[in-house]
Amino acid sequence: MKRVLYVASLWLLGGWLAFAGASFSPVEFDDPVLQQRYQALLHELRCTVCMNQSLADSGAGLASDLRREVYNQVSAGASEREVIDFMVSRYGEFVLYRPPLRPATYLLWGAPFTLLLIGMIVLYRSARSSRAAPAEAADPTASDRARRLLQQGDDR
Amino acid sequence: MNKRTLFYLMPLAVFVLLGALLAIGLTLDPRKLPSPLVGRDAPEFALPELKEPERIVGTEQLRGDVVLFNVWASWCVSCRAEHPVLQALADRHGVPVVGLNYKDKRADALQYLNRLGDPYGWNAHDLDGRVGIDWGVYGTPETFIVDRQGRIRYKHVGPISWQQAEKEILPLIRQIRSEG
Repeated sequence: MKRVLYVASLWLLGGWLAFAGASFSPVEFDDPVLQQRYQALLHELRCTVCMNQSLADSGAGLASDLRREVYNQVSAGASEREVIDFMVSRYGEFVLYRPPLRPATYLLWGAPFTLLLIGMIVLYRSARSSRAAPAEAADPTASDRARRLLQQGDDR
Repeated sequence: MNKRTLFYLMPLAVFVLLGALLAIGLTLDPRKLPSPLVGRDAPEFALPELKEPERIVGTEQLRGDVVLFNVWASWCVSCRAEHPVLQALADRHGVPVVGLNYKDKRADALQYLNRLGDPYGWNAHDLDGRVGIDWGVYGTPETFIVDRQGRIRYKHVGPISWQQAEKEILPLIRQIRSEG
């Protein structure tokens, strides 16, 4: 049963990956370096109309215009930095999927780690108090009775 | 207050905190992105005019007066909703309105203006949307206020309501005009 599930999940995952691969934009470069730069940029840049999709994923008209723009710039020899600066100067830092670390984004970058730290403190404290609890609860008469009951059990 | 009371007050505290965060977060419009263009020179462009394609219009024609630069298209439904507001700004308040006709067929755009009226002094015809990219256009209609020096002073994404025209746009145009 486990094996069947394992194979089925692999098969589903494979199908999904194949689907994701097929939705890439059809543009091909002769130079693999440029091709890789182009693909990387499409995943770094957000489509501004569709909010939660990258340029690579989005089917919106603006996204395809921007893909063409990225293609033109990359094939003209622009570096990754130059293309990103081009987009940021027009659409703002919102187009970046990885926001830069600046005072305005400290909360954004810091919050997950702060929450993790709080979670670890809570976990540590509750683990410690639950280990301490049984010793506190034990009262001499009750433990005597328990011992007696256990001994009776042994006799039987 | 003992420890126990504090412990039972925790959910209330969490509720209040969450409520405050949601109250702020949900009243923000996620479609409104701060434009890096405000305060900067209008991006350079030169395009054929919509009605007279042999005439070239662009950044040069933007200088000299405080103008409302409106990005629109005939396929854009909220542009239709905004149209009477632009018309009133041009006709009743004497605001110079110029347009960037964005990714639109010339014939469709002309029909739109014939049917709904034409508040625009001129329209640049941005057929492939390349100038739109330079202006950071991501959702029509978009409206910019450009001052006499050709600098962008304000950007609005989405249709302008009557209230926004009266409370935001007209006072700002008056203020920029008084700067000389």
